[in-house]
Amino acid sequence: MWSLSKITDIIHSWLTETFNPTWTLIIEMVIVGVGVIGLFAVLGLILVIMERKVSAYMQIRLGPNRVGPKGMMQSMADTVKLLVKEGMTPDGADKFLFNFAPFIAMIVAMLLMAPIAFAKDFQIWDINIGVLYITAISSLNVIAILMAGWSSNNKYSLLGAMRSGAQIVSYELSAGLAILVIVVLTGSLQISDIVAAQANGWWIFKGWLPAWIAFLIFMIAVTAETNRAPFDLSEAESELTGGFHTEYSGMKFALFFLAEYINVFIVCGIGATLFLGGWMPFHIGNWEGFNHVMDYIPSSIWFFGKTFFLIFVIMWFRWTFPRLRIDQLLNLEWKYLLPIGMVNILLVTVIAILKWHF
Amino acid sequence: MFLKEYISDVAGALKSLFIGMKRTGYYFTHHKEIITEQYPDNRATLVLPERFRGEVVMTHNENNEHRCTGCTACELACPNGTIKIVTKFDINAEGKKKKAVDKFVYHLELCTMCNLCIQACPTDAIKMAQTFEHSVYDRSLLTKVLNKPDSKLQEGVE
Repeated sequence: MWSLSKITDIIHSWLTETFNPTWTLIIEMVIVGVGVIGLFAVLGLILVIMERKVSAYMQIRLGPNRVGPKGMMQSMADTVKLLVKEGMTPDGADKFLFNFAPFIAMIVAMLLMAPIAFAKDFQIWDINIGVLYITAISSLNVIAILMAGWSSNNKYSLLGAMRSGAQIVSYELSAGLAILVIVVLTGSLQISDIVAAQANGWWIFKGWLPAWIAFLIFMIAVTAETNRAPFDLSEAESELTGGFHTEYSGMKFALFFLAEYINVFIVCGIGATLFLGGWMPFHIGNWEGFNHVMDYIPSSIWFFGKTFFLIFVIMWFRWTFPRLRIDQLLNLEWKYLLPIGMVNILLVTVIAILKWHF
Repeated sequence: MFLKEYISDVAGALKSLFIGMKRTGYYFTHHKEIITEQYPDNRATLVLPERFRGEVVMTHNENNEHRCTGCTACELACPNGTIKIVTKFDINAEGKKKKAVDKFVYHLELCTMCNLCIQACPTDAIKMAQTFEHSVYDRSLLTKVLNKPDSKLQEGVE
């Protein structure tokens, strides 16, 4: 049966036969780079149209319905529009930082792609500190936002960027503690180990109460970390006209926009890997027959299915809840999520030591 | 005591969030009633609410008779001079001169659809219509005469 790992094996063996090891490595890196950029473009198009359709359905509207069948080509038309628009740089802006910030946002998103397991044996870089790498790199995102906000020389941008800084720095803690719960249960930081540990049931089922609490905290914290409603204070249209990307236009704006959706995909992919088993099919304990049937569904479909389910949940949040005020936002983190997360990690440590989980 | 309050706070918050998500989830899965009006396509079936104010019109019956006595109450009620009534003197059957409306001039471009003229009218001669496609290329086309040519005052309206 064809699978993504088989295709990569064929390409790899053909390259090693044809070229020497150095060239093989370089060519493989180029292929991965092109693949990641292609994935970015496709994901951007899909997630934008998905967001608009989901929001329309939740608000009893039709959504985009003019371009292509059922409006499915709308995001394509929007991309073309953004590509041909002029990318303005304001006179008072710090020109270098202003033009550099969108690329930092994209580079951070690209780096985060590295340790994610898209399918069985299909991973760019199976680093042994995968989870730590993800939490470390994802916090670099705030630099891009602060850079954009400060260099725009605009009070709205600066306010938005400052809010975003406070928000990302505080919510990282909760997201980290929620991730630690799974690390404690697995005993490894490597993504492939975490997925392999879920072969007889996903952590959300095996880890019971602490895993559920961790999952809830994780979903809330990553929604805040990706600056999406109800935590979209950094761009809050009604107060700050557009937040840190007020002054951006054309393709530079599109890069920020794309980076937001890519980040949503990445955090949902990580959530799916940690709590819902990544590419691991749905297995129940020792039911051999059932597990065997589930194995027939390709692992990439499992991964993308779970990820898109979590993306849908985050979109569901966005179109249901009203935006928080900045003090409410910080109260939620420091008075609720963080203490609960700390108690939760104590609880999970006890459970892991006493082997109470399945 | 504090801990109990704290936990009930968190539980209450989660419950209210869940109620909200249930509502939008219901809308998402029951995609039948749609509030979007696909306007230029549904012109034929477009239904506007009765209270919608599009423009002021004068009602005429089948004998080309209107109910306007030319009392200028609407002209006085109008806050921004939209209505201008030109009166004339008719000679009735008994040979008496009687004031009547000659031209009911209505400047649509000045009208804010405030409904004060309709409320002021003692004989219910004018009303609000539901038409709303008023765009024209020349501003003078928006100055309308509401009483139809050769129309008369309906019998019995004082």
